[in-house]
Amino acid sequence: MLRLASLLTLFFAAIVPAYAAPVLTVYTYESFTADWGPGPAVKKAFEAKCGCEVRFVSLADGVAILNRLKMEGKNSEADIVLGLDTNLTAEARNTNLFAPHGADISTVTVPNGWSDPNFLPFDFAHFAVIYDSEKIKNPPKSLDELVNGNPAEKIVIQDPRTSTPGLGLLLWMRSVYGDKAPDAWKKLSKRILTVTPGWSEAYGLFTKGEAPMVFSYTTSPAYHMIEEKTDRYQAAAFSEGHYLQIEVAGIMASSKQPALAKDFLKFMISTEFQDIIPTTNWMMPAAKTSAPLPEAFGKLVNPSKSFLFTPEEVASKRKVWTEEWQASMAQ
Amino acid sequence: MASQHGSIGKNWPSAGALLALAVLALIALPALVALGWSSPGMGSTSASLLWRAASFTLLQAVLSTLISVVLGVLLARALSRRQFFGRGFLLRLFALPQGLPALVAVLALVSLYGRAGFISRFWPELPSIYGLNGILLAHVFFNLPYAALLTLIALQQVPREQWRLAQMLGMSERAIFRVIEWPVLQNALPGIAGLIFMLCVTSFTIVLTLGGGPAATTLELAIYQALRFDYDPRLALALAMGQIGLCVLLLSFLAKFRPPFAETARLSLGPERASLSKSGNPVPDMIMIVLSALFILLPILSVILSGLTADFSRLLTERILWRAIATSGGIAFTAALIAVLIAYPLALAAIRLESKGAVKQARIFEAPVELTLLLPPVLLGAGWFLILMPSASSVGYAPVLIVLINAIMALPFVYRSLAGSLRRLVAHEDPLCESLGISGWSRFSLIDWPILKPAFRAAFTFAFLLSFGDFGVIAFFGSDSIVTLPFLIYQRLGSYRTDDAAGIALVLAVFSILMTQAFSAFGRKEHAHD
Repeated sequence: MLRLASLLTLFFAAIVPAYAAPVLTVYTYESFTADWGPGPAVKKAFEAKCGCEVRFVSLADGVAILNRLKMEGKNSEADIVLGLDTNLTAEARNTNLFAPHGADISTVTVPNGWSDPNFLPFDFAHFAVIYDSEKIKNPPKSLDELVNGNPAEKIVIQDPRTSTPGLGLLLWMRSVYGDKAPDAWKKLSKRILTVTPGWSEAYGLFTKGEAPMVFSYTTSPAYHMIEEKTDRYQAAAFSEGHYLQIEVAGIMASSKQPALAKDFLKFMISTEFQDIIPTTNWMMPAAKTSAPLPEAFGKLVNPSKSFLFTPEEVASKRKVWTEEWQASMAQ
Repeated sequence: MASQHGSIGKNWPSAGALLALAVLALIALPALVALGWSSPGMGSTSASLLWRAASFTLLQAVLSTLISVVLGVLLARALSRRQFFGRGFLLRLFALPQGLPALVAVLALVSLYGRAGFISRFWPELPSIYGLNGILLAHVFFNLPYAALLTLIALQQVPREQWRLAQMLGMSERAIFRVIEWPVLQNALPGIAGLIFMLCVTSFTIVLTLGGGPAATTLELAIYQALRFDYDPRLALALAMGQIGLCVLLLSFLAKFRPPFAETARLSLGPERASLSKSGNPVPDMIMIVLSALFILLPILSVILSGLTADFSRLLTERILWRAIATSGGIAFTAALIAVLIAYPLALAAIRLESKGAVKQARIFEAPVELTLLLPPVLLGAGWFLILMPSASSVGYAPVLIVLINAIMALPFVYRSLAGSLRRLVAHEDPLCESLGISGWSRFSLIDWPILKPAFRAAFTFAFLLSFGDFGVIAFFGSDSIVTLPFLIYQRLGSYRTDDAAGIALVLAVFSILMTQAFSAFGRKEHAHD
């Protein structure tokens, strides 16, 4: 009886892989897997060459992905995690759940260069103030002009306690003003119409015409130019430089398909994947694309200087800076 | 009371109530234990920030509740005195605001009262919507119709003969309020106010988006922050417990105003007041009704109008939209059914105990229902996730949890909607049924169901709409197999597709309106014969 069972097991072990393709599970955020997002095209392209099935599990955003991993630990079904940003990588690394990516990073082209052994970038963008050109004729030319400008011209920003762009603005203000950031926030608070829990609420208020400015990305105008054929919404170029957001992916150490996962990351910085990114995720590609980007991308603000705190700095200072922000804004 | 000794057996609640309590405990407690058991996080929170958050939470919640309840009573009195064309239709729409996803409601209010809003254009002196004003405005929009509806139901419990008597005696409006209306309101208002208070305490998107800045920080935000940004389930749990403690203090204060269970004379009931009390000037009542109707309906109209710009020829051919409608409908229907099945035996047990003077025992069945509202759904979701995570695939149990958590969140509404009619039932029908020896199913189908049908209908509609528009826990489980309408709205908004989002919000609003009409049509025929 026992022998029969083990024979059967052997038999199934031998035939099952021939019928069921291995499944690569990718944890990502939900706008990545939306019908119009990069997800569907990425899945199709990678499945065509890997002989595997790509399964997306989509969560609200990078923070939600990281929390999910902390809950699941080594039991996670994830092989790949795609959609953290550099503000989260230190915390993510500290979970010890990630394996080295082992990819050749010489083709990665993000501002300020790349050297992380665990995480590999797939796109990036700079944060920026987007303004309505029908309402603002002289947009601020620097962060300082934004801070000290006319309080009647309002901006909607996001809360650093709940949103990624909100944290981005907090870090940008820190990069430019250093320890004087709380004072700058006090001045800026007069121009702030409201602080929303997420990007969607802020952008919704902006497009409803509630405020002539909103905090978003340099790439936002590309969406309006390409999909809505309008030049109305533009990014303001700031002379100090812009804060950078780099989105990354990593391989789970607990993955049962390490070779497949490595192939996916290699594929991620290939032209095939990178071609998909600009007009689906509305971010800048992190490596070469096969053709030049659409014309609208050429019109975007291209900052000469990029600010970026190291992931470790962000991890250790975020709490203090956020509480400082709260104190100076609440007055 | 003298026969307490003899009737001790009857003080035992039904098996149904105990079962309902057990089910409720089984849904909530394991999740909380799991959170408490989880490894300690790095999160911390400063006492002064917490204090500030707690005081702002109380301030906005108390003010929102006061305004909603006072206006709700005024509106309910006006509605109870007047009959007019479209009254039933209007009352059914009162369930709508609670069912709108918070973000949709906020954007609708902004398009009316915001800086570029429709009303602000004609009335530029309108104070800014950003700040405490806006929070109160939004909370009153959500809760005024609810307060008015429940108060109206309470006022309809006044026997017809009392109105006739008041008419014959030529009582003044003031005397009517003092002698007839106030005793009824005194019974209903503490419960209504308590529920609205808790809704305002846990409000999140509204407070943040319209709050204007971190001066408007609430405990709910601190809980969210602890769970999300600091990933510290234990801290989140501790904060949630603090929030519950705060509310328990306030609710027990409100409970002092609740009069002891009073038996009213067994007389015929009905919404006959309007045809009886012709006294009084109808103009102030109609002004109150028209203004309130505009206040409640304009934002809904704005949701519909801004949705019209969407490209429906494409949107309606998207299979995912139809799947979302079916999923949302299925989740909402099941959650509402479960909520009614749990709330009914609990409410019945609590009110029976109360009628026998066992107030403390009654609270055992009532309090858990109310307090579930204070547990943030994400917290319950996180707790269950921690429990189930090692054993099952993440997708398999997500629908079950979403339905159960939605059902729990709807419980307090269902409870409040049933409580008024149950009081009457217990006071009038219990002694009769006991003397006739009718019990069990025959009693339920012959006596209780006909009386409770309108209340069940209202309760089910509320629970359904609440789940239908709920975003809450779905994003948390992150499975692509469950796509609901609110999820779809947030997803499109999150990737610049504002027109799509507005179009889907329209679909959600239209479906909600259809549902309110459909559910109330169910069994209305008999009601008309009354």
